[in-house]
Amino acid sequence: MTLPDYILIITGMFIVTFGVRFVLFARADKVVMPAFVEKALKFVPVAVLTSIITPMTLMPNKHINISLDNPWLLGAIAAFVVGIWRQQQLLTIVVGVLVFFVAKYW
Amino acid sequence: MNTVKEMRRGFVASIPMIVGGIPFGLLFGSLASSHGLSPWFAIAMSAIVFAGSAQFVALGLIALHAPIWVIVSTTFIVNLRHLLYAADMVKFVRHLPLSMRFLMGFGLIDETYAAVRPMYGIGAVNEDSGHKVYLGSFLSFYIMWNLTTLLGILSGELIPGMSHWGLEFAMVATFIGIITPYLKHKSFWLCLVCAGGSSILLSGLPNNLGLLVSALIGVLMGVVADAMVNSKPQKDNDIKEVES
Repeated sequence: MTLPDYILIITGMFIVTFGVRFVLFARADKVVMPAFVEKALKFVPVAVLTSIITPMTLMPNKHINISLDNPWLLGAIAAFVVGIWRQQQLLTIVVGVLVFFVAKYW
Repeated sequence: MNTVKEMRRGFVASIPMIVGGIPFGLLFGSLASSHGLSPWFAIAMSAIVFAGSAQFVALGLIALHAPIWVIVSTTFIVNLRHLLYAADMVKFVRHLPLSMRFLMGFGLIDETYAAVRPMYGIGAVNEDSGHKVYLGSFLSFYIMWNLTTLLGILSGELIPGMSHWGLEFAMVATFIGIITPYLKHKSFWLCLVCAGGSSILLSGLPNNLGLLVSALIGVLMGVVADAMVNSKPQKDNDIKEVES
């Protein structure tokens, strides 16, 4: 990697990342979201974040592993159960991470 | 003084996710140095791009010697979800000056959206306070992300095996912490199951396209479930009931 490569990558990544985040805010005084879009948007966090973490959890080595040997799965199940049960974000994160590391290094 | 107080609220609401983000930032810094990239490159990426998961995907692609246009277009796809967050936030920012919207756009990450959006929903913030709370959340994540990137670079050079510890699990746990408060209605459960199932089935698609398609499927199923529930008389299942 040369310096111009580094600069190009960061510039390119900045433009697309900031562009995506800012384009609607830039026109926020004029943009009006249709009602059906508003209805759909509340599902975005659950849909997107689930789509990111499910493959990481169920296929940590690129193939499906649903067993007790998969610390990713055990940690995720623990976090999920605590999250549903206690509704406390910090507890959810800490328990999930602890179970993951115990399962991985026991 | 009022501004500081509101920003503090944003910081406090973000603490759990900041804790979850720390291992993730350390991992990013240590991965960058274990890939033999310049420390300045990693520092600049965290400071200028400021996009956790996209930065990881970019590192992976750089390690595979992918062309630059692939790195940039993949970043675009991975971050497209932020367009949807922005679409949801538009109604809360339209009265703000452009410079404020500029700053808020730069800081629109999963965690800040997850911390602040429900506060609008339950009326905990309003037109005057919302953006201050938002900035408090954004700034605390920004500082954490850049500090941990730096620490990760330094410790990655001292502790070479660090990138194999599985620190990225912290992101999984954080995202689960964001998701679970939503799961109070069947429509969100259906959304979760469908998005998760399709993300596995579509995981073979190139350039993380599977992520985008399965997220769309999840949203669609949620809307369908909502429409079916609402055809019967039942109380409004709105995001208002999501508490942070």
